[in-house]
Amino acid sequence: MYPGYIFSHILGASAPVGLKAGKIVISANAGHAIYAGKKCHKNFFNAAWENSQTPMAMGELLNRRGVKSLYVLSLNYAAGKQMVTGVERTFKGDIIGKDLVPLNHKDWSAELAKVKAAKPDGVFVFYPGSWGPAFFTQYGQAGLDKTIPLYNVFSIDGANLPIFQKRKMKHLLGTFNTNFWAPDLDNAVNKRFVKDFAKHYKGQIPAHYAAQAYDSLMLIDAGVRAAGGDAKNTDAVRKGMEKADFDSVRGRIKFGRNHFPIQNFYSRQIINKGGKWQLSLRETVLEDHAPVMSGECKL
Amino acid sequence: MNLQKLKTPLGIYNTILVLLCILMPVIAPIIGQEFYTDVFARIMIVTIAAISLNLIMGYGGMISFGHAVFVGIGGYAVGILASHGIESAYIQWPVGILMSGFFALIIGAISLRTRGVYFIMITLAFAQMIYFLSVSIEKYGSDDGLTIDARSDFGVSFFDLNDEMTMYYTTFVLMCGCLYVSYRMINSRFGRVVRAAKSNDERMHTIGYPTFGYKLTAFVIAGMMCGLSGLLSANFEDFISPDMMFWTFSGELIFMVVLGGMSTIMGPLGGAMIFLFLSEVLSNITNSWHLIFGPFLILVVLFARGGVEGFLAKFEKRNG
Amino acid sequence: MNYVLLAEQFFNGFQLGIILFLVAAGLTLIFGIMDLVNLAHGTLYMFGAFFASTFVALTDSMVLGMIIAIPAMLAAGILLEVTILRTLYERNHLDQVLATFGMILFFNELFLIAWGPEGTGINLPPYLTGMVTLPGGIAVPEYRMVIIASGLLIALFLYLLVSKTRIGMLIRAGASNREMVGALGINIKLLFTLVFGLGAVLAGFAGLIITPITQAESGMGESVLILAFVVIVIGGIGSIKGAFIAAMLTGIIDTMGRSFIDVALLQIMDTVAAETAGPAISSMMIYILMAVILAIKPSGLFPPKGA
Repeated sequence: MYPGYIFSHILGASAPVGLKAGKIVISANAGHAIYAGKKCHKNFFNAAWENSQTPMAMGELLNRRGVKSLYVLSLNYAAGKQMVTGVERTFKGDIIGKDLVPLNHKDWSAELAKVKAAKPDGVFVFYPGSWGPAFFTQYGQAGLDKTIPLYNVFSIDGANLPIFQKRKMKHLLGTFNTNFWAPDLDNAVNKRFVKDFAKHYKGQIPAHYAAQAYDSLMLIDAGVRAAGGDAKNTDAVRKGMEKADFDSVRGRIKFGRNHFPIQNFYSRQIINKGGKWQLSLRETVLEDHAPVMSGECKL
Repeated sequence: MNLQKLKTPLGIYNTILVLLCILMPVIAPIIGQEFYTDVFARIMIVTIAAISLNLIMGYGGMISFGHAVFVGIGGYAVGILASHGIESAYIQWPVGILMSGFFALIIGAISLRTRGVYFIMITLAFAQMIYFLSVSIEKYGSDDGLTIDARSDFGVSFFDLNDEMTMYYTTFVLMCGCLYVSYRMINSRFGRVVRAAKSNDERMHTIGYPTFGYKLTAFVIAGMMCGLSGLLSANFEDFISPDMMFWTFSGELIFMVVLGGMSTIMGPLGGAMIFLFLSEVLSNITNSWHLIFGPFLILVVLFARGGVEGFLAKFEKRNG
Repeated sequence: MNYVLLAEQFFNGFQLGIILFLVAAGLTLIFGIMDLVNLAHGTLYMFGAFFASTFVALTDSMVLGMIIAIPAMLAAGILLEVTILRTLYERNHLDQVLATFGMILFFNELFLIAWGPEGTGINLPPYLTGMVTLPGGIAVPEYRMVIIASGLLIALFLYLLVSKTRIGMLIRAGASNREMVGALGINIKLLFTLVFGLGAVLAGFAGLIITPITQAESGMGESVLILAFVVIVIGGIGSIKGAFIAAMLTGIIDTMGRSFIDVALLQIMDTVAAETAGPAISSMMIYILMAVILAIKPSGLFPPKGA
């Protein structure tokens, strides 16, 4: 079994090797569209999401919040483009500006000037990793936080929120993003998961990565248990994983034919609760959503 | 070639290198480390790129900091054609080699107008430009890379690159071919002009040799050989990505050529072998292996200028 | 045509040019006078950013932290020069490339371990977080004006240093003819150390002044480095005037390109094509500019005489 996979380019390189060798490959994060569609494989499982789903949820959220004109800012590489495509699928308003910046880009003065001139109802960004702090700082410095609401996917999460709090980026409080999970999702399994995580990691609130990883492990566990403990019995393990008979932090979980989850997506807002900045659930934006290319999967 | 040379420390060293390459698929399973075969396949593929760099840098004095770009072009030729269903080697390989040559022609024509330090910077700048261009083209995977389903098809049943042994020994034969081409080029009249231009360009002009044309030709040939390395890499890894072209890989290629012994025919093989082995071993010890590797690089430059070949050759002189 | 936007982008390009100039000035001096290919110049930029972040955190004052960082940069630069770089002067360019490449690898890894992949930052004091409104409704963030102002002051200082002082004269002479200067009995070693120190301070200052905007992280030096090389190739190696003009040209063209290329492309191609080509072309603009200039003037726009 090959579990893991955070980065999509590493998955791209090694999944074929594992699949060719008849092993089960599990992705806990990388959401390659191809594996959800044309190249779905009986031994490939994804316990997280497909790349375009989270931004599609964002598009729907923008509609609900009455955003009619949107300015899109992202990075000029595969994931960056998929986030933009995702939001375009569901957003019903006008995209009045779009800038995909190169990977070595760290100064958004030009783009922010354009945003200011365009006067959109909202700005949608995808700036993960180290791009996030730089961009959000500059957004605040340009004074745009006071006039144009900021929306993001995968740029602010439980893992880097403590850093933003430390850097006192108050203008991020109140902003929205979308994801398949929130730390205050109301089910017994999740409550226990968040509590145990805090106990183990000095009061820290888990991010969606931890939630995905938890579900991936429980998925493997369900598979192996269905095979009576015999992890080498690939067929039995696979059947067990397809049934997915385990308690997920998502409440309930079911998988599609392409072995990607069919799940809800929620909007979350950044709040300051008890001195700790965290993401809080607001509403269900997409229900029982499957990746759009699931139909192309011939399993 | 003078067989007497094989008895010298240098000769023994080079013979061992070649023997290791030939025998690794046999040795590796015996010592229980099957994946060493993969490491050596990679070594040979990179050696071809290093040989091509040695041609222009070691012999021609053109320090190209963008050489990795041609590896990428060769690789992407295979990948892009394969993704459109064109799997025939008879189309992929000529396209890959010619495209590499074409890009080398353009980059070389502009860069070679400058000297020394300018040349280094410009080749670096061009390589980064092409890297960012390929990251932005989502159709072919962008930075996620592109998986290749089947290797180049030669259309004959007995020669199938999908068979690992065939892949390995084809790479070996092609590497030896490149070593031979390198040997013949260097010792030809053409090669002598390029080498002379390295030591004194103006003098060559005075005697009437238009060195620009010679250097550009050498640059293009090196680009094409490097493209071959890319073709093989795409086939071997069943995968291509813009990382193949990142400038740090160009820096590593330069290091391999210097480490092995610049302007020696066999130098690139030794350099690639030592470098790849070192990076495997060091990265198993720690993720932060650059902390050790960086200073190692500096020490090699300061104290081991002729590389391994230079060191062994000095040994020879003392005893011979 | 939105003239306010145009003017604002011009300021943005100008500010980028200032940062590029600070890095390129040191680089071109070090090349021109010591003939040293210093790939680790970006590392000096990174040093400035991290040193300043540390001192700002310690003193809880942005201004104080940045001021202390400057002599720290000078010391670091001199230390590097005396220990490693001095031995590289007589070596050929290849050795210099490899040795400084090794330095990049080492320091990037070191800073990654020390500060982690998320790096660190500097928060602007409240009195610098506002906007400056210029006539016509052009709004520029206050801090970016600070960067422009300090950069121009330094440019003025460099100009006076190089053209009106004795050291400046030695620098110019060294850029044109190194051996002569040595033959005339000047302490070349000391001159080189001072020049390297100056270059380190310039690069470090660029790094620290930009950190409140872009944050500090391991590896931040390399993208600036490549741009700086393009700038000095365009401007002419060894020429500070060339570095200034080339830096401004580069900064403005890059920024204008990024701002208006997609609009321009939409006139001649459809949306999907423009959206793919736009970002790709705008990131290539600088290199195209460099290629064009080299095609016409291979030694750059203002090569020092005798080069």
